[in-house]
Amino acid sequence: MLEQVFIATSILLMAATFLCLFRAVLGPTDADRVVAINVIGTKAVVIISLISLVFYQEFFLDVAMVYALISFVATVGIAKYLQKGSLE
Amino acid sequence: MELLIILFLATGIFFFVVGVVGLLRLPDVYCRLHATTKCDTLGAGLILFALVLYSGVSNASIKLLIMILFIWLTNPTASHVIAQAAYRNKSPVTEGTFELDRTKEEAACD
Repeated sequence: MLEQVFIATSILLMAATFLCLFRAVLGPTDADRVVAINVIGTKAVVIISLISLVFYQEFFLDVAMVYALISFVATVGIAKYLQKGSLE
Repeated sequence: MELLIILFLATGIFFFVVGVVGLLRLPDVYCRLHATTKCDTLGAGLILFALVLYSGVSNASIKLLIMILFIWLTNPTASHVIAQAAYRNKSPVTEGTFELDRTKEEAACD
């Protein structure tokens, strides 16, 4: 029964992710887009963890950990690029 | 136990939805950061903690706990870096915003 709850949770989170994508496409400034992409990264980590427990695939959790790492590094890199105008 | 897990999941989804509504509705970058940061950190923490309760004592729960710790460390850091970049770039703010903590040098520049 809990598996169905997990699937419903991931579907709701996917809907929320598409709403975030709206802001990422539309955002007036560059910082808005970076904020939206950061939120999408966090939601993707949670969705991958839910899918991992639904389908009993434990190695998906490693994928989620690496995704969190890459999302953090990408956000910091893009923010530094916004601030300085170059990556040195 | 099942009720506890469903309660954690529902609270996490509530915080995520509040964050998304704030991201879509609020007027400028700083307000959107204010909405998304807290809701995102708390929502991800609660949902992953529900998964920890579901999987019991195992390898998966240890990995999930490590992920919670990592998200709680990195999410505020990333938001701080974004806010710093927006502030240095003089990102536009809504009308009626006034700054309380402003150094004399910054005031002299304007």
